[in-house]
Amino acid sequence: MSEYSRRVQVTINAREHEIDCEPRQSLLELLRDGLQLTGSKEGCNDGNCGACAVILEGKCVLSCCVLAVEVDGAIIETIEGLSDGLELHPLQSAFLQETALQCGYCTPGLIMAAKDLLSHEPNPSESRIRHWLANNLCRCTGYDRIIKAVKKAGETIAASHE
Amino acid sequence: MAAVEKIIENRIDDKTTDSKALKWVGTRAPRPDGVDKVTGRAKFGADTHLPNMLIGKVLRSPHAHARILSIDPSAALALPGVKAVVTRDDFPDQPAGAVQPAGEMIINYRDMTRNIMAREKALYEGHAVAAVAAVSDRVAGQALTLIKVDYEVLPHVIDVDEAMGADAPLIQEDLITEGMDPAPEKPSNIAKRVEFGHGDIETGFSQAQVVIEREFKTRPVHQGYIEPHACLASFSEDGQADLWCSTQGHYVARGHCATLLGMDVSKLRVTSSEIGGGFGGKTVVYLEPVALALSRKACQPVKMVMTRDEVFRASGPACGTSMQVRIGATREGKITAGDATLKFQAGAFAGSPVPAAAMCAFAPYDLEHVRSVGYDVLVNRPKVAAYRAPGAPLGEYAVESVIDELAKALELDPIEFRLLNAVREGVDSSYGPKFGPIGCIQTLEAARDHDHYQTPLGSGQGRGVATGYWFNIGGQTSATLNLSEDGSVALVVGTPDIGGSRASLAMMTAETLGIELDKVRPLVGDTSALGYNMLTGGSRVTFAGGIAVVGAAEDLIRQLCERAALTWDLPLDDVEWIEGEARPANGRAGSEAPMSMAEIAKDMAKSGGPIVGRHSTNAQGAGPSFGTHVVDVDVDRETGRVSVTRYTVVQDAGKAIHPGYVEGQYQGGAVQGIGWALNEEYIYDEKGKIENAGFLDYRVPVCSDVPMIDTVIVEVPNPEHPYGVRGVGETPIVPPLAAISNAVENALGIRFTELPMSPPRVLAAIEQAG
Repeated sequence: MSEYSRRVQVTINAREHEIDCEPRQSLLELLRDGLQLTGSKEGCNDGNCGACAVILEGKCVLSCCVLAVEVDGAIIETIEGLSDGLELHPLQSAFLQETALQCGYCTPGLIMAAKDLLSHEPNPSESRIRHWLANNLCRCTGYDRIIKAVKKAGETIAASHE
Repeated sequence: MAAVEKIIENRIDDKTTDSKALKWVGTRAPRPDGVDKVTGRAKFGADTHLPNMLIGKVLRSPHAHARILSIDPSAALALPGVKAVVTRDDFPDQPAGAVQPAGEMIINYRDMTRNIMAREKALYEGHAVAAVAAVSDRVAGQALTLIKVDYEVLPHVIDVDEAMGADAPLIQEDLITEGMDPAPEKPSNIAKRVEFGHGDIETGFSQAQVVIEREFKTRPVHQGYIEPHACLASFSEDGQADLWCSTQGHYVARGHCATLLGMDVSKLRVTSSEIGGGFGGKTVVYLEPVALALSRKACQPVKMVMTRDEVFRASGPACGTSMQVRIGATREGKITAGDATLKFQAGAFAGSPVPAAAMCAFAPYDLEHVRSVGYDVLVNRPKVAAYRAPGAPLGEYAVESVIDELAKALELDPIEFRLLNAVREGVDSSYGPKFGPIGCIQTLEAARDHDHYQTPLGSGQGRGVATGYWFNIGGQTSATLNLSEDGSVALVVGTPDIGGSRASLAMMTAETLGIELDKVRPLVGDTSALGYNMLTGGSRVTFAGGIAVVGAAEDLIRQLCERAALTWDLPLDDVEWIEGEARPANGRAGSEAPMSMAEIAKDMAKSGGPIVGRHSTNAQGAGPSFGTHVVDVDVDRETGRVSVTRYTVVQDAGKAIHPGYVEGQYQGGAVQGIGWALNEEYIYDEKGKIENAGFLDYRVPVCSDVPMIDTVIVEVPNPEHPYGVRGVGETPIVPPLAAISNAVENALGIRFTELPMSPPRVLAAIEQAG
């Protein structure tokens, strides 16, 4: 740590952390290297692949484009916090049921981005899903099954609210 | 548009897929690695940490072609926190001619050591020149700026036609073209000439009433896997080492690294991490030997991860090409001759996939007179790596474009024209071997009869069709089944799982053993866990791996029956294995209660000790695969943007073990092909430097670019596989380039002979056509 490092307090997946960060460090580096939360992935480090998407204060962000020191005091959700350990989140179940992943590298970012969408719109159209997820690259699936999984998860979430 | 999920049953009688009902094979069972991948637990290449781990970084050439006069790392070594620097001096040179096949490509270690670390010359922008290991990413990055490299910049060449010119700068000064008779006296950039075919071309053309000849040019592309190359190396004081890496073949990576470092193969253990896409680009090594060399020097573990910029500049790429195709046919629509000349960029070292491209180019057609010639050409780019059906999409793009033009000239439906000339069982392929059972005609007929092909087009839209071919391969494969004391089994395989192979291999295991799928836990073992395994590629894992796991299951069943026979005091011949149990058979049927795997396992100590089923094979008899794609496009006449509005993939899988993942392969391959056809290309400046080394400017398809991809699985079983598998991963990327080009021609009346058909090119062509 350099002389410029700064202590950051942050709540990640309902657990509080205090960690020293360098001013140049991204939130993605804080998660992966500082806390070993390696579920968030680096694909490009310049905001063009979406593999590092997390939810910061209720909104999906690309953690490679957020500085770690910016999240002081914030609440963050990552892929590791989505399942309670007993039951998968409806998005996680839907991705498995719809075979919406092949290599699985883009999956955490896609699920977090989709979670943000479904939290506002549980019943998005195919076109809405395609435009919402247009910043999340997947090179394996051709996206077909991802769209179906997000739709299915939305239906499950909507049904659970009825 | 809902995906059409239709399985066309076309079973032939064979030893296993006869009328016996299958419990797991052919179902959409949950995948065993799925939960880890949706919860973030799965460990990919960059996700492993070790205590005292250093970070390694690579210094790369800023020049496309330059002689390296000197490298001075002294200032970098003096920087606090720097633990090691490696250069060309840290890798022993390899003997000339040390060539061996590895997967889909040929490996030449003299070239490989130069590709992973430049020696005499830097041969492309991004070529590794030195590497540093330091206590942090920041210190390693700073150290790179302190390494002094003295270059003499040389003229470069990127374009394949220019590289073949008489006055082109020579990439390797002593390269004499192979495959020419007589051999040329002068060196050139042409590494090799290959030729395939039969009959007499000119006789064939003399029988034609219509002949069409076209020239094509395609730009180089990248596989575009989302996970950058990553590894972690740890050398011990006793000369043994461990390597964790994201690779399509950890046994192959072990052999490469041991050779490049001059160490015994068995002293290196390689563990494959989960792999975040490869598509052929992770069949070779880049960082792995460098990380090992740094770790050996620093006596600490070293982790290395490429940036996306490095991935584009220094890994993987696939070739750009220049191609000529001439095809002649009679008025009635019988093709009389086909002739292709394919020139492929190899990168800075020989070994483009042009031989495979030349072999596949005319494979869908039954031709009396056919010739395809390929040239493997050096240029100032990284050595090309395999990319999904390496070479085949390019040669078949050129041929299928001309086929489409011929159909139009003959006023024949493009599918009917193909059916008039399609290959079938017993026909000599255009490149030599006689075809066994194949599904070329079945895919064409299924495409013709599909709702998509029967639905009229909207105004201004265009429809295109193309057929594609890939061999599929077998190769060395091992599998082990370890019986646990409760009757469940651990299945250990040695092929990294890219797209669901643990699922398909476990399903074939459970099917053969006759047990519940959740009693089989499949794992990818490290290189010390079982016998040799070739890499994951060639569409071989479900084929060759299937043979290995079925063999291991049969070995396990034999031993389980032996234990039951011993327990019952019966001859082995009087015990049979049915539905997961040993039962007395023949005259003894019903004399003893059946013994389940759990019962035999519980008492295995008494009946002879641990029970392990094994099988190792060099699998032969891979079943070739044909696919036919149908695509509709809309072209925006004001911007030149081509939008794909409907897409259907029809392909022969032999047998779909897990239809969900087979369809996923079809869909993924089609969308990669859409990117290749419409947008993806490397753009070089006048100095040979890449201008678009990032996902913003090298634009792979995003989800708002594509429609749902309909799929039709045709099943013409491969008799050489216990369940009929052919292999499915590669054929889907073969037809899209031509299918989309044919659709654009159908929409605009303009024949494009260059890829990609990006908006600027399409707009320019529309404006030129007036």
